[in-house]
Amino acid sequence: MSMPNLRVRLFGIACLAMAIALPFCVSTYYTQFFAKALIMGMLAMSLNLVVGHGGLVSLCHAAFFGLAGYVLALLSPRYDATSMLTTLPIVILCSGAAALLIGALVLRTRGVYFIMVTLAFGEMLFFFFHDTKFAGGSDGISINIRPEIAIAGRQLLDLDKPVTFYFVVLGFLVGVIALLTIVVRSPFGRALAAARDNERRARSLGFPIFRLRLTAFTLSGALAGVAGYLAAAQFGFVAPQMLGWHQSATILVMVLIGGLRSVTGPLVGALVLIGMEEVLKAHLDNWKLVEGLIIIGIVILLPNGVRQIWPMVFGASPQRAAEIKPAAAEARHA
Amino acid sequence: MHDIALRAAGLQKRFGGLLAVSDVSIDIRVGEIHAVIGPNGAGKSTLINLLAGELLPTSGEVLLNGADITSLSPDRRARAGLGRAYQKTTLFAQFSVHENVRLAAQARSIAPLRMFGGTRSDRPYDQLVTDAIDRVGLSARSQVIADKLSHGEQRQLEIAMVLATNPQVILLDEPLAGMGPSEARGIIGLIASLKADRALLVVEHDMDAVFELADRLTVMQDGRVIATGLPQDVRVDPGVRAAYLGADGGIA
Repeated sequence: MSMPNLRVRLFGIACLAMAIALPFCVSTYYTQFFAKALIMGMLAMSLNLVVGHGGLVSLCHAAFFGLAGYVLALLSPRYDATSMLTTLPIVILCSGAAALLIGALVLRTRGVYFIMVTLAFGEMLFFFFHDTKFAGGSDGISINIRPEIAIAGRQLLDLDKPVTFYFVVLGFLVGVIALLTIVVRSPFGRALAAARDNERRARSLGFPIFRLRLTAFTLSGALAGVAGYLAAAQFGFVAPQMLGWHQSATILVMVLIGGLRSVTGPLVGALVLIGMEEVLKAHLDNWKLVEGLIIIGIVILLPNGVRQIWPMVFGASPQRAAEIKPAAAEARHA
Repeated sequence: MHDIALRAAGLQKRFGGLLAVSDVSIDIRVGEIHAVIGPNGAGKSTLINLLAGELLPTSGEVLLNGADITSLSPDRRARAGLGRAYQKTTLFAQFSVHENVRLAAQARSIAPLRMFGGTRSDRPYDQLVTDAIDRVGLSARSQVIADKLSHGEQRQLEIAMVLATNPQVILLDEPLAGMGPSEARGIIGLIASLKADRALLVVEHDMDAVFELADRLTVMQDGRVIATGLPQDVRVDPGVRAAYLGADGGIA
């Protein structure tokens, strides 16, 4: 793997600068809108560790996202704020533990069976929250008071202010991007990609495939928990739909739009999808139809996702181009 | 005597009604190349898969340096010192030659699944990787994507990957398959050089190569061992001549 070149770094810094300037340029509505979009981007990036880098198409990712929301809702007292510093680690542990448990079962299957079994586990969690009364059943459950970031009773950041909340989300997003970049480039990440491309060979070299994938699946679920925590904190409401298969499929579409082979691709995919919905919704009655056609167009014309536009416009290193081309062939055969 | 690195005793593998391998016992010694020959369908590939752990035997046992590894998975066997190359080239086709070999070395490193720190910091393994690539003669091609290599080069890369795992026992399944004579010469020389401190099992159809390389020879037919011993003894074994080479056949 080559280190990112100067142009890529400058582009990244420019994006970050734009993200920092954004809440000062748009209305409160759009600050909240972009906070939501970045949370979904974080969720899509966490899924891509399993789908793009691990080669495992999971349809239960929303379960970890939604579970995080429910855990936060259940931890929140009715008339008081919880502290993010204590509840966030608990939520991450719960989502990670759920992913560990589900992963230990589903990773024994391959291919289309893996997709089906993850779907089944996701739906199990959906109906668990949908059909039991303790968390509001099908009506969902409210978080009346947002969690606060406080040390010894002194509030550090006021999450009720949309701009502050946006910056907290942006901070977590940068952290998740950094973590995923480190993991993907580490020996662990290379082994994960090797097992994706040739499981038999990776095993015969001595890589413990099951443990490798279970670790990735658990980390992916734990990061989905961070996104779920932030989403629940933003909306102040959690409903079973948050962990249904429909949500899982939407995250998967974000990953496909953004591209499987990079860390930030799915973030771009999430922004494109959510931005597109926002624009189409405002102007068209049959916006879902148009959205569907646009997604089909993107997948056909850009099989590696919209991230592919970057090397088209700016040129790419031969190494990168070589990595991208086979992926395109793969996507067409799939 | 510690010279038997890999021992299989009474191995049997049944696929439904088919007995693919039946009561096969084989000893592979350090410093020797043990060739397994036999007609198609004799059970040679099944035997390699049983030894490597990709198939579990119906009965019998496999010992690596005296330790029972019969029920170990392929990755555990690899970490115990068993390396294998495949008959059909099995590479990470989208990665460079160097990355293929580096992954092999990583698999045997102290922390193969380390999550922090890039792959460049694997200093102790850099040398292992470079040596393995040099040894098979691919140094000039180390940045080429594996997919773009010629068939012969891919076979060389297969062996480089096995070398980089620093195995004590190497299983090679038809290393010369699909190679031209000149390419084959290089690989034969390479294989011969591997046995110095290792034990090798080679399944091969090319009889010239087998008799050039083998220190010990096992002949299989219909899943059974019909002869085993030194090449010159096996060559004149009447059972082998009749069964494997046909009535009029002469070896080499």
